[in-house]
Amino acid sequence: MQLVLSGDEAVARGALDAGISGAFAYPGTPSTEIMEYVQDNLAAYVAGLPEAERGKIVAQWCSNEKTAYESALGASFAGARAIVSMKHVGLNVAMDPFTNSALVRINGGLVIVVADDPSMHSSQDEQDSRVLADFARVPCFEPSDQQEAYTMIRQAFGYSEQNEVPVLMRLTTRLSHARAMVQTGSPRLPAPKPKSNDPKSWILMPAMARGRWKLLLEKNAAFRRDAEAENTLQLRSTKLGVIACGLGLAYYLENETDWVAANGGASAQHSSKGSQRDGATPGEAPSLLRITRYPIGHDKIRQLAAHVEKLLVIEEGYPFVEREIRGVFGAPVPVMGKLSGEIPLEGELTPESVRLALGLPAHEELPPAGIKVPGRPPQFCQGCPHADSISALQEALAGEADFYVASDIGCYTLSALPPYRAVESCVDMGASIGMARGASCVGQKKAVAVIGDSTFYHSGMTNLLDAVSHKTTLTLLILDNSTTGMTGAQPTISPTSQLPALLQGLGVERDHIHELISLRKYQDENAAVIRSELAYEGVSVIILKRECLEYLKKARKA
Amino acid sequence: MNYNIILAGVGGQGSLSVSVVIANAAMKAGLQVKQSEVHGMSQRGGEVLANLRLSDSQIQSPTVPRGMADLVLAFEPLEALRYIPWLNKERGVVVSASQPIRNIVDYPEIDSVLAEIRHLPRFRIIDADGIAKAAGNPRAANIVLVGAAADLLPIPISALESAIDEIFARKGEAVIQANRKAFNDGKTQFGK
Repeated sequence: MQLVLSGDEAVARGALDAGISGAFAYPGTPSTEIMEYVQDNLAAYVAGLPEAERGKIVAQWCSNEKTAYESALGASFAGARAIVSMKHVGLNVAMDPFTNSALVRINGGLVIVVADDPSMHSSQDEQDSRVLADFARVPCFEPSDQQEAYTMIRQAFGYSEQNEVPVLMRLTTRLSHARAMVQTGSPRLPAPKPKSNDPKSWILMPAMARGRWKLLLEKNAAFRRDAEAENTLQLRSTKLGVIACGLGLAYYLENETDWVAANGGASAQHSSKGSQRDGATPGEAPSLLRITRYPIGHDKIRQLAAHVEKLLVIEEGYPFVEREIRGVFGAPVPVMGKLSGEIPLEGELTPESVRLALGLPAHEELPPAGIKVPGRPPQFCQGCPHADSISALQEALAGEADFYVASDIGCYTLSALPPYRAVESCVDMGASIGMARGASCVGQKKAVAVIGDSTFYHSGMTNLLDAVSHKTTLTLLILDNSTTGMTGAQPTISPTSQLPALLQGLGVERDHIHELISLRKYQDENAAVIRSELAYEGVSVIILKRECLEYLKKARKA
Repeated sequence: MNYNIILAGVGGQGSLSVSVVIANAAMKAGLQVKQSEVHGMSQRGGEVLANLRLSDSQIQSPTVPRGMADLVLAFEPLEALRYIPWLNKERGVVVSASQPIRNIVDYPEIDSVLAEIRHLPRFRIIDADGIAKAAGNPRAANIVLVGAAADLLPIPISALESAIDEIFARKGEAVIQANRKAFNDGKTQFGK
């Protein structure tokens, strides 16, 4: 079947066609659409299964990436194929199960799909998940386009089962969120394996873990060999050797014809089909090593280096391959890339940056506008409940000289921008409560944390427990909009109605839990409640409730 | 044949659905497509950019290189100015709605914004909002804009029309008709 799919959707389609029984995730741009596609297509998927299998298929949003990961791991132990998907910083949250699950014997195929966000379109850093796959010593697959994303995740499940290891599949924003035609293959139905009777391979107590770690290190030699076999080398021009990783290939191929023309070749016709030319017949185009799997082997790189005058490494994210090639003692030929400055170290690859790195002149441009074109940063939707909650907080703090407002990750972080300039820090999921608490512990007056309901469930609860246990003075505002808003209104893990009971269960005193409706017309009374709690020496929680407008829009459509 | 489009607007204007309409129409016409957009935080009232590339052969980069856009379709005039460096010097056309969205404090004088567009070698400015309102659906301004650019696209009009019908099919006959009218009224603005 031919479908038009984004990279995220191609991965999801591939996972369904690989016969997954479980999909687990926490929303995060640019990975969210993986789970959304699985959920949207789940009914049709289940209907195609034998009666006995139908009750055993799930696609669930989870509290956070760590819980999602652990559910996927359990599904694998039980013999089923499972996918867990997240954005790059989500893998930090799931780092504990991720690195440790590399040591256990994977049963049903386990694939972790991580979408990196170079250029930080919707993120707080641009970390490169290939580095974390390397850190955990697990194989990493990196597709170069949507078709490969589909094909490769199907291979990844098989590879995971054959090698009894989790496989990390890395996407980047422009692959996740670009749509192209994808040819799908015939689906494989779920075929869960039996649970094994070898618990030693699942128990990471030191004595067992040492054996498992040794085994993993031994397996790495095979991972490297397999990656080397998959990464394709074409020896052509001796002038330049290009090493293109993942999506970097598309930016190279965009400019290949022009390179050939500029370097004395006929205006060649093979620009788009370069990958199908094989063997060592020297052509006009640069020699090319395509990397789609890690850890990389070194033989093809050596062959390439022996054939060309210089190398150019094109990779999204960190100079990961480039650094490996350079080593301490230097490469036999010049290596160009992010470390040498031909490609910027920060931000995503662009067709322009790769063009310049290939030594080609920039395309001619019209002069920019004669007037200043101001940026248009994101802002609260018209009528957003967060805007009213933040206004109430600002009214409550008016006239205070010494306070600290810590924010969390969500739409309300937009209150850092004018006209609000209301919050002072935003670092990671759930951090607002910990940061406000720590500041309060060392004497900060009026420490306030602002967090959304979804982020609170994600990783705010444990910080609140710390505050309750240590009787730290802080004021927590939970902006409860019943959804995960910024990523497009996915359901939160727990309903609004349960929140007060949850807070009491964590030990917050009942008299200091307030439920307010966040509307402009209640601003003064809401501010009064916040002000009185700011004066309280202890933990107080103010829930400001009103549904997200995106959520209402989505609910109306459904 | 390669045809590169930049769709520029402000979050909530429907630029991403226009990208889908044109892409679907192009595929009906037998072309390959690659669409790229950014989701998440930037969609909240900020500048929204979609890249759409059409070709009769395989398309590589998911984004349009600077200097290589055949068309900048702008749902708001300031957003048109932002992407001038992407326009192809020899053939690039800006088709822009005239109505500003002033959701920032430093929005320039609208006359100076429109004057900048008029300085470009090839441009069309259209009162997409007014035409959509007159067509009976103020929300169809984005489709008016597609109409205004229709004769520039390497896609038959009939393919565009049926792609528009399809995307609004679930919303009932009245919405379909309003969008058809919006498309046609946009198209006739430039004598086509």
